[in-house]
Amino acid sequence: MTSVLQVPEPPTQAEVKVAAARTPRQNRRGLLWLLTPPTAWLLILYIGSLFFLLITAFWFINPFTSKVIPGFTLENFVSIFTVPAYFATAVRSLLIALAVTLIAIVLAVPIAIYMAKIASPAMRAFLAVTITLPLWAGYLVKLIAMRVVFTENGFLNWLLAPFGISGPGFNTSTVIITLTYLWFPFMALPVYTAVRQIPNSYFDASADLGAKSWRTIRTVVLPLIKPAIIAGSVFTFSLSLGDYLVARFVGGSTQMIGSIIASNINLNPPVAAAFSFVPITFVLVYLWVVRKMGALERL
Amino acid sequence: MLQLSKSARAVLVSIVAFIVLVIYVPLLLVVANSFNVARLASWPIKGLTTQWWVVAWESPSIREALLNSVIVALGATFFAGILGTMAAFALQRYEFFGRQSINLLIVLPIALPGVVTGVAFSNTYNSVLPQIGINIGYFGMIVAHATFCIVMVFNNVGARLRRMNPGLVEASMDLGANVWQTFRLVTFPQFRPAFVAGAILAFALSFDEVIVTIFTAPPGVETLPLWILKEMARPNQASVVNVVATVVILFSLIPVYVSLRMSRSDEDD
Repeated sequence: MTSVLQVPEPPTQAEVKVAAARTPRQNRRGLLWLLTPPTAWLLILYIGSLFFLLITAFWFINPFTSKVIPGFTLENFVSIFTVPAYFATAVRSLLIALAVTLIAIVLAVPIAIYMAKIASPAMRAFLAVTITLPLWAGYLVKLIAMRVVFTENGFLNWLLAPFGISGPGFNTSTVIITLTYLWFPFMALPVYTAVRQIPNSYFDASADLGAKSWRTIRTVVLPLIKPAIIAGSVFTFSLSLGDYLVARFVGGSTQMIGSIIASNINLNPPVAAAFSFVPITFVLVYLWVVRKMGALERL
Repeated sequence: MLQLSKSARAVLVSIVAFIVLVIYVPLLLVVANSFNVARLASWPIKGLTTQWWVVAWESPSIREALLNSVIVALGATFFAGILGTMAAFALQRYEFFGRQSINLLIVLPIALPGVVTGVAFSNTYNSVLPQIGINIGYFGMIVAHATFCIVMVFNNVGARLRRMNPGLVEASMDLGANVWQTFRLVTFPQFRPAFVAGAILAFALSFDEVIVTIFTAPPGVETLPLWILKEMARPNQASVVNVVATVVILFSLIPVYVSLRMSRSDEDD
């Protein structure tokens, strides 16, 4: 609450505009009318489905008939920790998602700095298209592309053959590379937008104060683009965490959380349901941290 | 301007060149393999042929899958367009308790992994709805897709509304137009480009979606991604898959072109 003695600051023009735009007192009915359909759709259909999924996670199946029996057991959740293969898969998926996010950041920051602050306008436009284009080129198309690269008679082995070495084939590192390939634009685009918004005078000031380029990037650029990196990381992290087709097609024997969910959905739905809450928990914790840092508006 | 030493600049340029190569070479390999004589995708290609293009063109299952994809994407875009616009108006025009939570609720379906969304809907469609006598079938796919497409329209329309002059709406009302006339003649024309961009992105997102579709497609119904997935799992005609993939790459130019034009017109005003 503002103190009585305090002289209130006059509102800025932007604030007046916002106040006029958001008619706070009048027309509550208009708000209700606008808000009800989308909220009802999402709450009833989506959150409702997640809620039923949570309930199913406490049910169990009759081992003889394989029929789902409503009831209450923590067995399914306990199995995540007690079945070694399940626990290892959960940890592996988490590590893969974090690795993908980290690699995407390391690649996105230099390309964003180059595009926004160094490249000529024509080059910048070209690179902007270049990065946006594969975003819509199709998930499976990119997966097929990576198979051609890494397969036995594929591109990478052909490229490396003259040097007497061969590529990784289909294994966990191929999964990490492919997931980075798939989700890189989700990191690169917000980071690029953020670097572009940094005024050029900041770089002049930093240089005048004696900072070399690396120091400028570390102490000026990185703190300013942190929210964008976090926003991008929500996507790279979440999309990698839940994926299982990449593991299936280029991962060899690599399993991810999604592999366990998909293979149990018909055999043992309660286990699949319980396992769905592993990525949900990871992502909600992540989103909660992001919200605390105020980066959600950028999504 | 950011000043870089010559060597730092050289390092940066080579990183960028490397990234661009890594993005495009694999896609070009797919295009090249659609003309490969070999049945299995490989490199270098063994010889050129257009036979896979003929096979793909004449395939009834590809046509049916394509039709399903278009129907589902159009349906999802329709619902997402309406719901996303309503939500954008509510959140941009009003200040209310729980605004942040609604924002989170709209983002959640794409923030949570697709496999979770898919399993949740699958569980509802197969275990919950039949108990109250509803067999959702084909429509279930559209509902699931619309749910994660709302955010596309919401984001685009919301960003535009944020910069629209609210005085115009008041002027229109003062001049005697009712709420609907004002929306149709004043408000909608102002955010139409953003709405179209959002709708196209929603369509593209739905068209490309695989994982949620795996769990929500009724038995025997295939979308184009499901058809590709099936062919990938039994790769005796892999080269036909490369033809379809090449066509998908070509079609993906459309949303990119539109969204670029949108962002350019946004920068102009």
